[in-house]
Amino acid sequence: MARPSFLGLLLITPALIMIGALFLYPLGFSLAAAFTEPGGGLSLMHFQKAYELYSTDILFTLFIVVVSTLLTGLFSIIIAGILTLSETPWLIVALRNLYRWPLFIPFIVAAQCMRTFLAKNGLMNNSFVALGLMEPIQTTSFLDWRGIIITFVWKQVPFVTLMLAGAMASIDRATIEAGRNLGASRVRVLIELVLPQVAQTLLVGLVLSFVTMLSVLSVPMMVAGSQPTMLTVDMAFRINSYGDYATANALGVISYFMAGTVAWIYLRHNVKREVQA
Amino acid sequence: MSGKSPSSPMSAALDLSGQPPSVPHVSMKSGRVWTFGSTALKIAGLAVFAFLLFGPLANLVLWSFAERWYTPFKLPVSYGLRYWEVVFRPTGDAMSSLATSVTIACLTVLVALAVSIPSGYALARLRLPWRTALMILFLLPQAFPSVAIYINVARVFYSIGLTGTITGVVLVHAAHGLVYSVWIAAAAFAAVDRDLELAARNIGASPLRTFFTVTLPLAAPGIMASAIFVFLESLDEFTGTFFVGVPQVTTLPLLLYNASMGGNYQIASITALILLVPSVVFMIVIERFLKADVLSKVGQ
Repeated sequence: MARPSFLGLLLITPALIMIGALFLYPLGFSLAAAFTEPGGGLSLMHFQKAYELYSTDILFTLFIVVVSTLLTGLFSIIIAGILTLSETPWLIVALRNLYRWPLFIPFIVAAQCMRTFLAKNGLMNNSFVALGLMEPIQTTSFLDWRGIIITFVWKQVPFVTLMLAGAMASIDRATIEAGRNLGASRVRVLIELVLPQVAQTLLVGLVLSFVTMLSVLSVPMMVAGSQPTMLTVDMAFRINSYGDYATANALGVISYFMAGTVAWIYLRHNVKREVQA
Repeated sequence: MSGKSPSSPMSAALDLSGQPPSVPHVSMKSGRVWTFGSTALKIAGLAVFAFLLFGPLANLVLWSFAERWYTPFKLPVSYGLRYWEVVFRPTGDAMSSLATSVTIACLTVLVALAVSIPSGYALARLRLPWRTALMILFLLPQAFPSVAIYINVARVFYSIGLTGTITGVVLVHAAHGLVYSVWIAAAAFAAVDRDLELAARNIGASPLRTFFTVTLPLAAPGIMASAIFVFLESLDEFTGTFFVGVPQVTTLPLLLYNASMGGNYQIASITALILLVPSVVFMIVIERFLKADVLSKVGQ
């Protein structure tokens, strides 16, 4: 490692330029556009306008993303927990081969799938009717906030489960065996022994999912109707219909703020962990 | 519900799915009933899970072969390949979108690799100041709500004539994929055994020759994985193309979006299936490229 770092800096420069030009500069641009008034001074007027027009959508976005993240966490814990603790080999094999399918499916494909699957006459309702669980008259379309949440969870659970199952597989089996031998139920082993050891991985997966879901444009556009909708759709609408960069960027800054909050929670957790260690 | 049974403390346990565990040494008849009940419950649970997982995909496949499908019919009224013929017609929109998408994805991989192989090597092997901060910097484009970034990229690109061009779209995709390419390349280089490099240097190979004949070939599977990630990311990318590429550049995801919003579910479903193929293939082969030794070093 005694080599000079000059070469290293030289080698990494092109990548840094790319990030600078295609991410940091536009980011600065968006902050500038959001906080400056037409005259040039600093102001919060665009935020006021964004709030007046889109306060419902801000809450709607927050609700969708928080609920989806929590559900993603819940299902991932259940699936990863079964993969780690189940004593039925065939169940583990079947589940392991099943859960990963949506992992690399693009959001836009997931959105198109759900657009048909969750519709009033989609395959889901049709299957329920065919199985006699429902009368045709009772079917309703899920293409609203429920559709967005279902699509997000469907798409993100494999990702978080993959991370979580990997982390669970690498913890010391002896702690699990010890807990089981002392008579703890598997649910208790999962909650009290396994989860604390993989909390870090779970948190990373959920934070990444949170931000991903906050950024997706195609799913709210394709799965749900126009009102209320998520901030990404509102931003696209402000740009495409009015060329209104100021309000769009103010909405953008609000979404940075949401992402920043979860990043802060993550960092705080990390710091706490390091202090304890 | 409880799975209490007097024979062993283990069976006081609740299964994750809320069923009693199938304890093999429960000898009584009730044990067999429990085992049977628990197996049935597991199968039922698995069936529901599989339905939720594959139902949406099945609906996609049905739509792609449905020539006519309207209410109140639960399944398509008539099946056929008519829309497949429309999509795969050499002069059709879909074929030109596919060509555009693949071209953009290949160029994106080239740009991303050209930038990330040197950076990955530097991050893995050379001494860099603020290394952690640099690693996080590459993560930022993925960790930020991207729509707000893209609208401003589009604005900047508009002023320099890059909107609606392949170059513009490639740049956006490459920046977005940089976290995969740089992080995985860095992990791949870090996983290369340093002794092999030293051995090559010892018998007189120059640093450059060592890199190209020892380090790079050994890191190749990991770099291949990063290339596939970037390729897929570009192929599937919608938001960036939506803002930067329109109206001239129509990739497959944009075609899908337009067809779907226009109510043409067959075209949308077939396009979605085309996009699905590389995703599913990659899910199956990823473990071949991303070995555990590389995977364990990602992000470090």
